[in-house]
Amino acid sequence: MAFNSRKKEEVRMKCKTEDGGWSPYLAGAMVGLLAIASVYATTQWMGKSNYLGASTTFVRAAGLLERTVAPDRVAANQYFTKEKVRVDWQFMLVLGIFLGALISSATDKSLKLESVPPTWEKRFGPSIGKRAVGAFLGGIVAMVGARMADGCPSGHGLSGMMQLSVSSFVALAMFFIVGVLVAALVYGRRSS
Amino acid sequence: MSTDQLLGLITGVLFGFLLQKGRVLRFEKQVGAMLLKDMTIFKFMLSAILVGMVGVNLLTDAGIISSGHKPMNLGAVLLGGALFGTGWAVMGFCPGTSIGALGEGRWHALFAIAGMVAGAALYAELYPFFKSTVLAWKDFGKIGLPEALGVSPWVIIPFFWAGTMSLFFWFEKKGL
Repeated sequence: MAFNSRKKEEVRMKCKTEDGGWSPYLAGAMVGLLAIASVYATTQWMGKSNYLGASTTFVRAAGLLERTVAPDRVAANQYFTKEKVRVDWQFMLVLGIFLGALISSATDKSLKLESVPPTWEKRFGPSIGKRAVGAFLGGIVAMVGARMADGCPSGHGLSGMMQLSVSSFVALAMFFIVGVLVAALVYGRRSS
Repeated sequence: MSTDQLLGLITGVLFGFLLQKGRVLRFEKQVGAMLLKDMTIFKFMLSAILVGMVGVNLLTDAGIISSGHKPMNLGAVLLGGALFGTGWAVMGFCPGTSIGALGEGRWHALFAIAGMVAGAALYAELYPFFKSTVLAWKDFGKIGLPEALGVSPWVIIPFFWAGTMSLFFWFEKKGL
């Protein structure tokens, strides 16, 4: 890289990253503002303070899908009854995340079709099948954990931490400590 | 579409937009943090917490919003947290970012999403068992750190800010 363009990069680094993204500090702080506005708005318009979260939506999605083949089973299930299988505020929020990411990436040319991420490929090769099995099994384990802990990095990590919830400090610490250990085992730091 | 749904959709679009702009949706960023090589997701998340913490506590103190602590159910948070960490490392996404990653074209997130829907169905099946075992060990209830320590949130928040800002300086110094 030429010295000149490098210098320009450094100046721009403050609010933009090399690939045209925003500084994670800036984008994160804006999510903080969004979280505040969202709790306020839900309290005003829905009569209940709702905090950002994502994982309960997977329970509702599972219930909606399962209902098409076994409606009685869903109706009789304690957990589905507790979480209420319906397309609610959080369900739409999760769909919105998809749209927002699509709009952002399509307009700044960072939309990219990826079937196997580089770190995965370095360890397990370019097989889509292997990646599919890993992502699927990882997804099962992670969601059982998230529902047990009653939150994911959105519900515990963002919303719970903002409110200084004791459970969120513990949950986030567990997510990360165990994540670090398992990632070291799975992606083998020796090889890199 | 109901007001609730419309509000959720608008909030979600903004959330997804910012997650994508912060470049935190990607497998590489998530696993990069767990491999202690790239702290982008922590810069993002902690910045959101720093800002959100002030506003949420101000609005709660003013009686405008109500807090929604999740229960400090010891077994559930410890075991659930460990299971989540395990799955997160292999999958390389969390529930919210998997959907966003799909939006920015990382279509292998579909396998993760399918796994998480299956995991949710499995949890629903196993719920009675968990309820009588891991969820029944020790529940401290929906507590906040201020009550637990017997201090005002405004005592904790400056410490949290100072600690996090130091961490940010350290990340930048180490080029993480």
